[in-house]
Parts: sequence; C-alpha cells; structure tokens
Amino acid sequence: MSSVLEERLIEPRHIDGEPDRVRRIRTQAAERFNALGWPTTRLEEWKYTSLASVAGIDWKTSQRLPDDKSYESPFGDKPVAELMFINGALYANRATLANEHPGIRIVPMREAMENESFAQHFSRYADYEKHALTALNTARWQDGAFIEIAPGTVVEGFIHIFYLGGAKDERLVSHYRNLIVAGRGSQITGVESFFGKGTYFTNTVTEVVAGDGAVVDHYKFENESVEAFHIGTVQIHQERSSSVTSRTIAIGGGLVRNEINVALTGEGASLSMEGLFVLSGKQHVDNHTVIDHVAPHCDSVELFKGILDENARGIFDGRIIVEPDAVKTSSRQTNRNLLLSETAVVDSKPSLEIHNDDVKCNHGSTIGQLDEEALFYLRARGIGEEDARNLLVYAFASEIVERMKIDVVRESVARALRQQGLGMRDEGGKR
Amino acid sequence: MLDIKNLHAGIDGKEILKGLTLHVGVGEVHAIMGPNGSGKSTLANVLAGRPKYVATSGSVTYDGKDLLALPAEERAREGVFLAMQYPVEIPGVNNIYFLKAALNSIRKHQGLEELDAMEFLQLAREKMKLVELDEAFMNRSVNEGFSGGEKKRNEIFQMAVLDPKLAILDETDSGLDIDALRIVAEGVNALRSEKHSVLVITHYQRLLRYLVPDFVHVLADGKIVKSGGKELAEELEQKGYEWIEEEVAAAR
Repeated sequence: MSSVLEERLIEPRHIDGEPDRVRRIRTQAAERFNALGWPTTRLEEWKYTSLASVAGIDWKTSQRLPDDKSYESPFGDKPVAELMFINGALYANRATLANEHPGIRIVPMREAMENESFAQHFSRYADYEKHALTALNTARWQDGAFIEIAPGTVVEGFIHIFYLGGAKDERLVSHYRNLIVAGRGSQITGVESFFGKGTYFTNTVTEVVAGDGAVVDHYKFENESVEAFHIGTVQIHQERSSSVTSRTIAIGGGLVRNEINVALTGEGASLSMEGLFVLSGKQHVDNHTVIDHVAPHCDSVELFKGILDENARGIFDGRIIVEPDAVKTSSRQTNRNLLLSETAVVDSKPSLEIHNDDVKCNHGSTIGQLDEEALFYLRARGIGEEDARNLLVYAFASEIVERMKIDVVRESVARALRQQGLGMRDEGGKR
Repeated sequence: MLDIKNLHAGIDGKEILKGLTLHVGVGEVHAIMGPNGSGKSTLANVLAGRPKYVATSGSVTYDGKDLLALPAEERAREGVFLAMQYPVEIPGVNNIYFLKAALNSIRKHQGLEELDAMEFLQLAREKMKLVELDEAFMNRSVNEGFSGGEKKRNEIFQMAVLDPKLAILDETDSGLDIDALRIVAEGVNALRSEKHSVLVITHYQRLLRYLVPDFVHVLADGKIVKSGGKELAEELEQKGYEWIEEEVAAAR
C-alpha cells in the first residue's frame, strides 16, 4: 500500500446550520481518521480484506446523476415512505404522506439536526474512536435518513431508503449517515437498498435504537455494481425487551465490508441476525458481526449463509461477547457456506467470548459443496443439470430469503439471485 | 422396450455386473432377485445413469435408443424412472414445485403441452390419494423429515405423476411395513398396463405377493443365473439363495 495515500489527510465536512455538537464530533472524527489511517491487513479485524485499492483512488464528491436515467426504486410504490439518494445527495423524498401521522417522522439527516432525538442519539453508538471508516463517515457524511417513531406507534408496511451510486467517467464517493430511533413499544420495518453502476465508493453508517419493547426489522440489501466499493456499518442498540431482526443481503459490489454490531443493553432483549452473501467473479465480501450481550436474559440467534462461485472471496467473522453481568444469555451463531467452484474461497471465523458461567451459547460453521446425491435425484426426474444445480443453490439460499416478510423485498432479492443464475428460469424458488 | 446384452459395469474400477443379459418387453413386469452384493442396485443405477457407475462393455437398448449414451435427465425424459433405494432429502426444494418442474421438462421433451399450476395440482391430488400421502407433505421440502415409509411412498407418488414407460424399483420394499408395502404395490399395479414396463429389484419375495411379476430372474455375482415365472420367487423364499449359488458353482 502506498504510504503517500495512507497519509492523505481529510478535513471534516460541515453543513450549513450544523449544531455545535455535530461540528465538534465531525472535527474529532476527522482527527481520529487522520490518526488511524486506512485499516491495513495487519489489523486482526481486517486481516482478510485489503483496502489498498479503495484507498488508492482520489474519490470526489459531486451531485452528478448517473447517466442512464434508471432511477426507479426496485420496490415501486410499495414502501409507505421512501427517501432516495443519488451519489450522496437527496434525490426524491416520498415521505410526506407518512409524516402526516403524528408518531412518524422521516426526514433527510440535514433537516433533522435540531431534533431532540437526534441530539440524544446521533453518534452515540457507532464508534469512530476505533473504527477508521466510521470516523471517515462521521467526519464527511453528506446526508442520509432520520427516522423517528414515537412510543407506541406501529408503522404499517415498510420504510425504504434507496441509494444509487456511480456516474460515468467520475470516481464518486458517498458517505451516508442514518439514524433510526424506534420509541418505546413502537414497531417499524426499515429497508436500505444499494444499487448502482460502474466504479464508485459507498461508505455508510446506520445507527438504530430500539427502545423498550420496540420491534424493529432492519433489512440491508446490498446490490451495488460489481465494480463498486461498499463499506457499511449497521450499529444497533437494543433496550429492555426490544426485539430486532437484522438481515443483510450482499449480492453486488466488488469489494464489500458489511459490519453489523449489536449491543443488547436491556434485560430480555432479543435479536435475530441473518445474512446471505452470494458472490461470483472476483467479488470480495467481508462480513464482520459483533453481538454484545450486556444485559441478562437476552437471546440472540445468528445465521449467515454464503454462496461463492468462480474466484469469489467471502469472509464471515462473527464475534459474540457475553459480558459478566449478562447471565441467562442464550446465543446461537451459525455460518454455512456453499462453494461452487474450486477457486472460490471462504474464511469462516465464528467466535464466542463468554465472561460468566450462566449462559447457553453455541456456534458452528460449515463449508461444503453441492450435494451430488441431490443433484442426481433431480436429474433422474428429468430436470436438466444446470437447472438442477441452480435449484439446489437457490434452495440453500432460500432459508434466508423465504423468511423475509415483505413480499416485494423478498421477490426483489429472489430476482437478483435469479440474475446470478440461481433458482429455475420460470419462476425461481417461489412457492 | 429394454434390451440388455452382456453388460459389464461397475464403480470405482471394480466390476460388479459381469455379463448381464435381460430382455424386458412392453407391458411386462420383471422381478430381479438376488442376495446382497449380487449387483442388483448397480443394475438399477447403471440404467438410471447415476454418475460414477460405468458400463465397460455390452449394450443397453431402450426404446430403440442407446440408453447408456444419454445423461440421466435425458433418460428420465425418455420415460425411465428409478424409484431410489435411499431417496435423498433436499432441504429448501419444495416437493410440489420440484415435481411440477420435473413433469413439465419431461412433457416438453415429449412434445406435450406443459401443465399450468392448476392442472398440475389436480393431477397431483389424484395421485396422492393413490399412495395415501397427506397433502401437507406436498408443501414440504423434498423428503425432508419424511419417515422411511413416507419416502418410499413419495417415490411411488412421483412415479405415478411422471407416468414412466419403464419404472425401475430399487428395493422399494425394504424397510416397509405391510401397509406401506400394500400401498407401494397398488401404486405399481395402477401403472401396470400394456404400455408400461416395470423392473422390480428386491431381496425378498414379500412385495411380489401383491405385485405379481410376469418373470422372475435371479442375479448372482453380476449375472442372471436363473429365470422363471412367479413360482421361482416362492421357491427362493422357501429355500433361500444358497441352492442357486450351489447350482451356479456346480455348473462352473
């Protein structure tokens, strides 16, 4: 890695009317990034992923639109509210109707900075002291979504944050910053989806706060261009008896790092974390998850599945920490991987770090190939070899896909998988 | 229908079938019996095209075609069906979806119109009754969590839906209780007609009480060593296989 690039310093970005606290945080974060530099593979947490290629590009910010005019949301008019961003800037705001509800507030981050919840929660959870890319994001974020659901409010349907990246002949970077605050006893489903064309860099941080008894479903659907760089952190903070489902689907992207960090800080909180990465070509996707059991009586179930073909490289590095006070913790972590070629590589590194005796935890990981017996079974019934393979690969993915509750999102993911040749041609794995 | 001539075949370089000759005419039911290790399952797998099973010499002509030259899926599309000895569980692949895809790929190959979801369901329901499978099974993953008997009934159900010209039953009777055995036999009997041929591979005579074969062959050490009518099966049941092995040894 070029040392010159490592030493390239950044300045904080400031937005007009920014409150002092935000100003101060941005300045500190910039200093922090300049001190930390880009992470290198010498760091244990980055040992499988070199950022030399992304650090080596002189990224620009610009509000240019992509050239092909395909700005359509993949979910049509199905979301109850939608904010659409292109290359770091708000492009469309379809949240007006939802905002008529007194308990729902969905606005661009730029407009949320005076909000009380913003002041209370912004940058409280995502750690820019230790994580360079979070520091970079915190110093440089351009916009994003602020979603606040008042106590007791149930949002019917789902809220969509849609990001589109890339512009012809330019190397653009977008730093998105989101904050989702679900009040006590509220319920919300939020979907973030990333699409784009060509070479660009998305660096995104989403902080999610699930208040007492809140029910939060968070989906991240990363379907970036295969030439794109994507680094994203989803930082979830769970309070007492909250229930969170986090789903991370990575299908696109050339070099991708997905960090999902959850702190279970209130008694009786429960987490289901699911992930699916489906890679081919030279794609490289590094999934890095941390589930921190801080409070007693919490449970977490984590399942990540990887499907890797051609020369793809996948990583699952999942850590579960059970703190000394977190007695009666129940935690299960599973990573299963399917290798479809001899040149695809996956590294699976599940780990448990338990600091008290009164817990029920287990973890495991598998790496395997397609079941030849199953393949023969399908062929012996008249299904062609290629279709049979695709059907079996889709079947492996379906455990995650079929659990997605929102029809249009599930279908969109299934469609993206089909474009990668999975599932059968006529109607995919649909039942 | 099926003409096997001097077939030598095996797996991993080990010869198991050592010159097997067998002719199955249209509409006939043949039973192949034999002790463990005689090559019964190898025969079934070679006919269905299971990878790693290699025919080294001899020929298999099916419906005028060189069967061994076809990949497994082509054989199925031409009307060959193997009811597996050990049906595999396929998590995530829906039973009914899978079977519809299979049927339509066969129909397409045979120049027939593909069935739509409604037409297929109607057909499937009708055949399900035949094997007394609960409809709930159809929406589960292929064989996943099925008991041994349910798996075998699912094989016969698939056979009934796919309506093959040549059905090969590889020890479909093993491990079945008497009720399941009766259901399997009824499924096969329903298929029986002037156009369908059936090859029943079995270790025991039990199934043949319900499913009366036209011909019985004894397979020993990779060859058919004795052929006869249904009475041969009864004789085997009473006397076991030793007398045949002795006969063969004496003839050498």
